[in-house]
Amino acid sequence: MKTGRTRFAFLGRIEGLPIAMVLLVLYIVFIFTAPRVFTGYRIYMSFFQTVPPMLVLAIGLTFIITAGEIDLSFPAVVALSGFVFTWVFKTFHAPWIGFLLALASGALVGYLNGLLVARLRVPSIMATLATQFFWYGVTLLIAGGLQIDIQNVTATAIHTIFVGRLFGVFPMQALWSLALTAFFWFILNRHTFGEAIIFIGDNAEVARVMGINVEKTRIKLFTMHGVIAAFAGLLLTLEINVFFPTQGQGMLLPVMAAVFIGGTSIAGGLGVMAGTFFGSYIIGSLEAGVVATGIGGYWVQLVEGLVMAASVILNVILGEEGISLLSRAARKWAVPSPVAVDRPGDPGGA
Amino acid sequence: MKGDRLVPESQPERTALRMVNIEKYFGSVCALNSINFEVGHNEIVGLIGDNGAGKSTLVKILTGVFPPTSGELYIADKKVDTRSYSVKKAHALGIETVYQDKSLGEKQVMWRNFFIGREITYPLGFLKVREEKRIATDIMVNTIGFRGKGIGVDSKANKLSGGERQGVAIGRAMHFEADLIILDEPTVALSLKEVRKVLNFVHKIKESGKASIYISHNLADVYEISDRFIVIDRGEIVASIVKAKISLKELDEFLLEYSHGLKDKVQP
Repeated sequence: MKTGRTRFAFLGRIEGLPIAMVLLVLYIVFIFTAPRVFTGYRIYMSFFQTVPPMLVLAIGLTFIITAGEIDLSFPAVVALSGFVFTWVFKTFHAPWIGFLLALASGALVGYLNGLLVARLRVPSIMATLATQFFWYGVTLLIAGGLQIDIQNVTATAIHTIFVGRLFGVFPMQALWSLALTAFFWFILNRHTFGEAIIFIGDNAEVARVMGINVEKTRIKLFTMHGVIAAFAGLLLTLEINVFFPTQGQGMLLPVMAAVFIGGTSIAGGLGVMAGTFFGSYIIGSLEAGVVATGIGGYWVQLVEGLVMAASVILNVILGEEGISLLSRAARKWAVPSPVAVDRPGDPGGA
Repeated sequence: MKGDRLVPESQPERTALRMVNIEKYFGSVCALNSINFEVGHNEIVGLIGDNGAGKSTLVKILTGVFPPTSGELYIADKKVDTRSYSVKKAHALGIETVYQDKSLGEKQVMWRNFFIGREITYPLGFLKVREEKRIATDIMVNTIGFRGKGIGVDSKANKLSGGERQGVAIGRAMHFEADLIILDEPTVALSLKEVRKVLNFVHKIKESGKASIYISHNLADVYEISDRFIVIDRGEIVASIVKAKISLKELDEFLLEYSHGLKDKVQP
């Protein structure tokens, strides 16, 4: 019993393992059902191009949900930051200033969300629902409802750095979003800020009596998410070289889905950054993958729903305990004499 | 009754805590009204009062969770600015609190629970996880006495029994070398054996020359460990009685009669 547990127990400690397995299985299924698309590298390069903005948003949302809050306003930040960047770029040809101002606009939206939630104690779902409409309205108003083309941004360094193609094929945004995932994993799991977030999400009263400034931390949290969402908006705008005032719309639910199938708890107190990473790639690959299998457009949503449900169920069943239980079960039907397996060449073994 | 204070105020470094005319209003509701009391530097004070009497409000003020509306607070005879007072400052001044149920994050592992709010960090605030785990292991094995049983620094709080949780909260308070440990209903959800452990710990506080405020509904427990009893009712301190002057039975009767509105006749 004991060897069986210790042998496989470490699996339960690998963060996001169940959801990584789902992604793997999904790609294997796609390789068999749509071999022409999924055996080439192009489809993966296209995922590395389309998933990063969503992944970046999901990273920020992982913090929000871990803290037991919700933020519905980030799609509006994607639009606002895109507008700020394109407007500054078009008007002053100052991409880096536009970049910083775009991040600042995200910080402003996030900070105001934080004030509403932490200071005025408006439940975050209501506060951010209102601010989503408000900031989309603001963006639409100042953009005059028009899209802005910035084709010449492709010649700038900022474009090369954030969304260029490494060796001519590999999208830089995939590297940036991967680096951000790693960085924010450390912030969430190995930093006092992340620890404060986790405890506030677990039980804000415990956090308060243990000396965490709950109000300030919540304001910082929403501000940070605003900046992260603004960066996602920048990646999106730079990639497509055009700003349109409705950009970001339609990202709310997929991003939330990515966070939840990654294993982050809706109840707060548990954030799984690695799960968010794999979850984003699952959500981002599903549509293209299902379409590529050729089963027909009407099936896409149904299959998406099935995969999401399966992932969430898997996460619930396979917690840390789940895996150690599985490993115990696995040991029962494993080879009865592990010594013989370990040394197959030993003549006295079997 | 006010003359029963064990410690003369004039001597320096003799009180662990002193509250002068502390008041607390929530909106227009008066939760605490001119609270004057003190805890000697090696005194165990039992705080007694019904639900809603103002015990937890008092505890939250002196642990820095929220400030009083008015009044003065002295810790180790030094005046504390109540406006800028906080849980962190209370910790720095040697005040630790063990709550009935608010001491641990349920879904969090032990090593995080030990150091929440005062993590050991590298510059820029990144956690020294290895060191936190090492110290947490040391506290769990040597101070609290967890042995095996599959509970370690990587266990989550919700895997622990009520007594084990209080053990962790108390062990944490001891590790951070508190001069004044406040125990707010620490034994409510515990078995008899576990209650005994908590009481033994309070005895240890006394022996080690530290002070404590012990809040409990169980009069027998309070009586056993306290040097003095403070009775609080509807936001006011109504009695301060040294243990030597009253038996458990008399204390029980006093409280009973008090709660029946006969307080004016009974003045022990």
